[in-house]
Amino acid sequence: MLQFVGNGLKQAVLEVQEYVNLQVTVVRAAFSRPFYMRDLIEQLDQIGIGSLTVVTLAGFFTGAVLALQSGITLDQFGARPFVGRLVSASMVKELGPVLTGLMLAGRVGSGIAAELGSMVVTDQINALRALGTDPVRKLVVPRVLAGVIMTPILTIIADTLGIIGGWIIAVFQLRVASSIYWTSVTDGLYLQDVWMGLIKPFVLGFAIVTIGCHVGLQTRGGTQGVGRSTTYAVVAASVAVIAADLFITQLLVDLLY
Amino acid sequence: MAASPHDEAGLKTGDHARNAAGIAAADAPVVELRHVSLAFDEKVVLRDVSFILLPGHTKLILGASGSGKSTILKLILGLLRPDAGEVYVGGERVDQMEERELLRVRGGLGMVFQEGALFDSLTVGENVGFKLYEEMHRPLAEIRARVEEVLGFVRLAEYIDRRPTELSGGQRRRVAIARAMASKPGILLYDEATTGLDPITAITVDEEVVKLRDLEEVGSIVVTHQLRDAFFVATHEARRSGDRIEVAPADAAKADEAEFIMLKEGLVAFEGNAAELRASADPYIRSFLS
Repeated sequence: MLQFVGNGLKQAVLEVQEYVNLQVTVVRAAFSRPFYMRDLIEQLDQIGIGSLTVVTLAGFFTGAVLALQSGITLDQFGARPFVGRLVSASMVKELGPVLTGLMLAGRVGSGIAAELGSMVVTDQINALRALGTDPVRKLVVPRVLAGVIMTPILTIIADTLGIIGGWIIAVFQLRVASSIYWTSVTDGLYLQDVWMGLIKPFVLGFAIVTIGCHVGLQTRGGTQGVGRSTTYAVVAASVAVIAADLFITQLLVDLLY
Repeated sequence: MAASPHDEAGLKTGDHARNAAGIAAADAPVVELRHVSLAFDEKVVLRDVSFILLPGHTKLILGASGSGKSTILKLILGLLRPDAGEVYVGGERVDQMEERELLRVRGGLGMVFQEGALFDSLTVGENVGFKLYEEMHRPLAEIRARVEEVLGFVRLAEYIDRRPTELSGGQRRRVAIARAMASKPGILLYDEATTGLDPITAITVDEEVVKLRDLEEVGSIVVTHQLRDAFFVATHEARRSGDRIEVAPADAAKADEAEFIMLKEGLVAFEGNAAELRASADPYIRSFLS
């Protein structure tokens, strides 16, 4: 039993070590040559444009349901006109970054783990190395950069669509005047909130993509292994998004407010 | 015997030799394993394996599945590190090299992987020219011409813009060979290059191995359990005859240059030429040959 626990702990420490190693290698490689611009553009398209639909829909419906739910609660205090303030603050500071992160963990994290995992089990990664190409520079760095660039952009889109969703519910369901809603939206936002909403997605994007890459590159055991890696990448990235959100929020509250 | 489009393809004799020379001085071993051992957890894959490969020579590694044949190629490429022993490529010790230095050494090596290992996201042409495109300083027209040339070599020129997923298993293997030879490496490593191919295609591949070895002085390590192909490579040679290239049975001296290594449970069970292998009385080798 003790040996089993010991082996498990050893495995966990090794896994963390490998993950940190990959992060360090990625950061180093991102600032030195060769740089694969074509692969970066491809990844910007796949991660950014490819995720647009799911992020847009998630943002819109979350903002709408948030307005609906909070409208009922605010009614108890006669504060229905403040619904815009609640929607904008919640979306920009918390729900926009986290929901976008979770959507990307499902779509991008799994895709990267499956793609790199398949390349491992079919010897394509070894072929890359045999052809004198560093797989981290060629495959990981463009994906990580694309994740770090596109996650904040997608988050801004999700925030905007969320606030629009809230506006539709506020005007047509809660019967709040449009001008009151938009005044409330801007009144509810402070510069610190905007900073918080913009800094979080950088960190979450980095975590999601590096986890997907790490899990994909560690794939063993044929097609079954690819399936396991895909599931593991989604679970690990989703938990990382929620956990990282707590720590970044605490840090930014201390620094900004 | 077989006429070849070798000259039409425009491979300049000596390009491969120059790459090999860039790796090692003439007649010095281009690859050397010294007392190499490797185990994965409890399973011992190689025990005290030693051999050398001279420029323009062939080493044919035979053995049952799981006997450690492919592992030897991965050790030479630096994709794996041995638990004990030393691995040299072109006189440089690679088993302790950092990945960045290994990438440079691998520039002089070409490898044909067991299942081809083609990049699914790229076209056949992009796969074949991958190394050349990565070098980034060659004109695109020159790379395209070289890609067409080597694809013509393996008779797949018309598939240049197809995706690997659109090809049959045999065609994928031939594209993998074209990719390995595109940058004119000094050493070529073949991991079961003919397994799963029809006999005619397999002979075509074998002839290319022979031609690259004899005309371009490319050192080759051929891992296979296809005895017919191993003996073909060992007992044939390529000669220029005017503008044509012929692959014909080799004379005794030439045939002696091709050395067989038989692996059994990670140990070298036999080392010698084709005639000695055929004459061996070892029961394991007899059962393997039968």
